[in-house]
Amino acid sequence: MASYSTSQFKAGLKLLFDGDPYSIVENEFVKPGKGQAFNRIKIRNLKTGRVIEKTLKSGETVEAADVVDTELQYLYHDGLHWHFMDPQSFEQIMASEAAMGEAVKWLKGEEICEITLWNDVPLTVTPPNFVVLEITETDPGVRGDTASGGTKPATLETGAVVKVPLFVEQGECLKIDTRTGEYVSRAKAG
Amino acid sequence: MAHDQRPSVTVERLRYRARLIAQMRDYFEAGGACEVTTPVLSRFATSEPALESLALECASVPGRRYLRTSPESAMKRLLAAGSGDIYQIGPVFRGGEAGRFHLPEFTMLEWYRRGFDHRQLMDDVEALLHSLGMNRPITRVSYAELWARHIGGDPHTITTARLADIANGKSTRLSPEDREDRSLLFDCIYVHRLEPALAVDGAVFLFDYPLELRGYARVSARGPRIAERFELIVDGTEIANGYHEITDVEEQRQCFEQDNALRMRRGRPKMDVDEDWLAALADGLPACAGVALGIERLIMVLTGVSDIADATGIGVLSDSVPELKSDGSME
Repeated sequence: MASYSTSQFKAGLKLLFDGDPYSIVENEFVKPGKGQAFNRIKIRNLKTGRVIEKTLKSGETVEAADVVDTELQYLYHDGLHWHFMDPQSFEQIMASEAAMGEAVKWLKGEEICEITLWNDVPLTVTPPNFVVLEITETDPGVRGDTASGGTKPATLETGAVVKVPLFVEQGECLKIDTRTGEYVSRAKAG
Repeated sequence: MAHDQRPSVTVERLRYRARLIAQMRDYFEAGGACEVTTPVLSRFATSEPALESLALECASVPGRRYLRTSPESAMKRLLAAGSGDIYQIGPVFRGGEAGRFHLPEFTMLEWYRRGFDHRQLMDDVEALLHSLGMNRPITRVSYAELWARHIGGDPHTITTARLADIANGKSTRLSPEDREDRSLLFDCIYVHRLEPALAVDGAVFLFDYPLELRGYARVSARGPRIAERFELIVDGTEIANGYHEITDVEEQRQCFEQDNALRMRRGRPKMDVDEDWLAALADGLPACAGVALGIERLIMVLTGVSDIADATGIGVLSDSVPELKSDGSME
């Protein structure tokens, strides 16, 4: 198994600690006067997103985590797993509910997602920043009301519920920012 | 694509650096100290457990040479030969050190005052900084006071088991051997607990260190486990390190031997003892105190520069730091 010495540490490097994959957020070389050198690192757990701090004696080695980022196309959900395909090789891969996280709210099929693989298994799935989805259910629109700033809930074709302006109608398509889960604008069918 | 070699240092910063060094010379000349220039190449590597000398081999010169990690040995030879108070400004080299506050090559101001102890030398450091325009007040705190304030207990009498427990309290991986290595445990606690505390204390002289952190400082008359060492720490960063110097040759030899014992325990190469240094002490080193101050670090403090590379005379650094092999030579 590959490993890295502290002298190779830099932001973005993927390491294995206590069996979990981490990414280095920050690496700092610290050394008391005349004393032992340490690398103080902030690392993000790629499974939970939590950032923790660790201090290693400089010169120590840490096992590398086999983590790669790749772009895959979402195909379908079989009730248990979410299936993706590499558009180049046509190779297919399954993601668990844990890996999907919030992404399930925004995917209907064919979207290109960024997937972080750990030992070839999806660890996280990031949907495109913007998706266009149809409203399947919402209260009737208030015609002409584009200024009051009021909102109402709308259910989208993926089942996600978002806050939308009062004037939008059932059957319309909306552009959604998946990073915030917020309505951006009305859109043509995607 | 053309390689970008352009110095990132500005003309303004170059002038600042030159003026600062000129003011240092003014201070020492006015105080009667003589500037000296000693060789950068040495037959001996440092034996200090946490420093690595860069080694040089040249086909036409027999034997290995090392770049100095400090001019201490040569300056002590001059003092023993009757030089009087001396100072030196020049490059020093330390393998494997690279970071926001560390460079493998940096500029050191080192000076010695005969008849001074470490407390008098702290006064001298303060007067120098004052002459350079640093008017921040410098507080003084002993290692024991700092320890009592932030950790509790007495660092001079603490058991190894207790030290290991404190050091292990944070996210550090300590092997069973590490847990027996008192100086490593002190370093670990410093990095986790004391340095962050000092970072909000402004400019501080930390003095009277535990014996494990003595470096080459004398043992205090006030206690056999207190070493007459001090550091100037500004906003958590060490700027200068000083000793009431060891003059007894056997005591110095013991320090070197302990260095090597620690090196071997830590799996690092044993280094030949610097016999020139010991011979100078045998000839008679006058009672004195000496201190080394990192000029780039001082510039960082005085100007607010946040990366040490920007405080050097050129500002551009190569990306790669030589990897040290276990025998101390470069890849």
